[in-house]
Amino acid sequence: MSSRTLIGALVGAAALAFSAGGADAQQKLKVGFIYVGPVGDHGWSYQHDVGRKAIEKAFGDNVETTYVESVPEADSERAIEQLARTGHGLIFTTSFGFMEPTLKVAKKYPNIKFEHATGFKRAPNLSTYAAKFHEGRYVIGQIAGKMTKSGTIGYVGAFPIPEVVAGINSYFLGAQSVNPGVKLKVVWANSWYDPAKEADAGKALLDQGVDVLAQHTDSPAPLQAAEARGKFGFGQASDMERFAPKAQLTAIVDNWSDYYVARTKAVLDGTWKSEDLWGGFDKGMVVMSPFKNMPDDVKKLAEETEAAIKAGTLNPFKCPIVKQDGTTVECKGNGALSDEQVLGMNFYVKGIDDKLPQ
Amino acid sequence: MTTFEAILLTIVTASTPLLIASLGELVAERSGVLNLGVEGMMAMGAACSFAAAVTFNSTAIGVGAGVLAGAVMAALFALVVLGFAANQVGSGLAVTIFGLGLSGLIGAPFVGARRDPVAPLHLPGLTDLPVIGRLFFGQDLFVYGSLVLTLAVALYLNRTRAGLILRSIGENHASAHGLGLPVLKTRFLAILFGGACAGLAGAYLSLVYTRFWSPGMTAGRGWIALALVVFAAWRPKWVLIGAYVFGAATVLQLHAQAAQFGVPSQLLSAVPYLATILALLLLSLRHGRAIGTPGSLGVPFVPDR
Repeated sequence: MSSRTLIGALVGAAALAFSAGGADAQQKLKVGFIYVGPVGDHGWSYQHDVGRKAIEKAFGDNVETTYVESVPEADSERAIEQLARTGHGLIFTTSFGFMEPTLKVAKKYPNIKFEHATGFKRAPNLSTYAAKFHEGRYVIGQIAGKMTKSGTIGYVGAFPIPEVVAGINSYFLGAQSVNPGVKLKVVWANSWYDPAKEADAGKALLDQGVDVLAQHTDSPAPLQAAEARGKFGFGQASDMERFAPKAQLTAIVDNWSDYYVARTKAVLDGTWKSEDLWGGFDKGMVVMSPFKNMPDDVKKLAEETEAAIKAGTLNPFKCPIVKQDGTTVECKGNGALSDEQVLGMNFYVKGIDDKLPQ
Repeated sequence: MTTFEAILLTIVTASTPLLIASLGELVAERSGVLNLGVEGMMAMGAACSFAAAVTFNSTAIGVGAGVLAGAVMAALFALVVLGFAANQVGSGLAVTIFGLGLSGLIGAPFVGARRDPVAPLHLPGLTDLPVIGRLFFGQDLFVYGSLVLTLAVALYLNRTRAGLILRSIGENHASAHGLGLPVLKTRFLAILFGGACAGLAGAYLSLVYTRFWSPGMTAGRGWIALALVVFAAWRPKWVLIGAYVFGAATVLQLHAQAAQFGVPSQLLSAVPYLATILALLLLSLRHGRAIGTPGSLGVPFVPDR
């Protein structure tokens, strides 16, 4: 028992020495990243890595960045602690499942700043940040509503979780606002990432009369299926134009670069504070790639909608929001649904004549 | 094109990689070797074929590279399980993990590249026939190749002397060795064939199915191919049927969702797997206890014992 205590004390002392060493070595800030997928996924992790490179470009020799990719959520604590022990002063963990491990490591290393994407648990040295992708989905919904000739638009979803459901509702509300009779078909792939199955899901929708296809899975496969049939689609997470130059109308691009550069600067300046940021068009965290393959009036409409959301004069979830069963959702935000209501959305809006799997 | 026709075309695309990979594994297992490395060999086939196809701008070279990559991985597996008589389950799993990792490394520079579609067959007159035209005369060459391969494997196993030797080695390698049959050589070639098929299936995924490469894109199809061999009770005809049943179940559940049948999608996603269990059940009911498992399957062979 006593030897165990001794070892514990030694490890503690070593950890202290490490963190003290990190505080002394002020000349160069080391910034670490933990990714859930490979940087080559064309989507989620890829865009976070674009943000990492932006830090390197902005601060040059004043910073050093490292990343660990394809970290399983169950094993992430070890990877995060590894970065904490090797002198990193700022660590970004970029998947919802990293929430508890990040919190645990953050408590152990109070001098290191942590940033966790898409979570809700904070500490004095742990910030959270996420992006309002549903704002982009309202814009593509309007484009889809205008572009469809068959009157039926489609959506490939990954899993029926609130983030995806809110995206589907926003997409449909956007389409409905310009095309009141529009129909929506949803197919669940039950996978974030299975390119072949995503392609099949896209083809199934196209075969059943869909002519504009949106997706909330990670690969360009559904968009490419639309291209092969001469139909239209949208890029997801990153600009996927090179996969479907004729089919991609626009893409909802996750832009973490500005945020990552700002947070790194805050650490360098000593002004970093623990915060929670849920930014959309207004903070530049969600960006639309150039509007292409569409008539000028549709392009103009999309640009105006994007500008209105950015200015705060338009909210995709402005009240009243009516559920499928006809009941009106209680309006807890300022003239629109509150952030909590959007983050916990578990219903389809009226007009979607499909059943949400529970 | 009618919806029905479109669904049938998608089913063919979904079934073909499963059929090709399963046929290769079937031959390896009939020789008595359990190769759990199919997923890794398939991943290598997908990465190498795409890399070669983009570099040389040729689908044919891509296919060749995919087949070769699968065979090279298989040779490595053969060295371990035949040369050193190592445990086949452990070695196969290691090859899968190694293959998935190495394919990520090889494919990394080709992330984001894309290829034009492989042109399907077009026979004037025949391909333009209503309903059956595209289905029977308008597929890509992989599809016809996979059907020819099924026939060839069936004939080889059941109608040739070499096939009989392979089967007898798989049933009882000690007796076969006693009769002077080349156990290790036959198994080596069977493993190579299995790897080449897995590589070809991988090439189909990245060159035809999705037409881009990304890490881990096989997404478990190698494991499904392994399950199909058991499903088929080690018979080529049933591999063909099984691959198409599985492909159809996968595609039809997506269509059922789009058609808003109101059945939970999670349940529909499980349909292919339920179909496998049901088929296994029916097969074992029909055949009793002996459902065709090769007698020496998974047992290492050391000649001097």
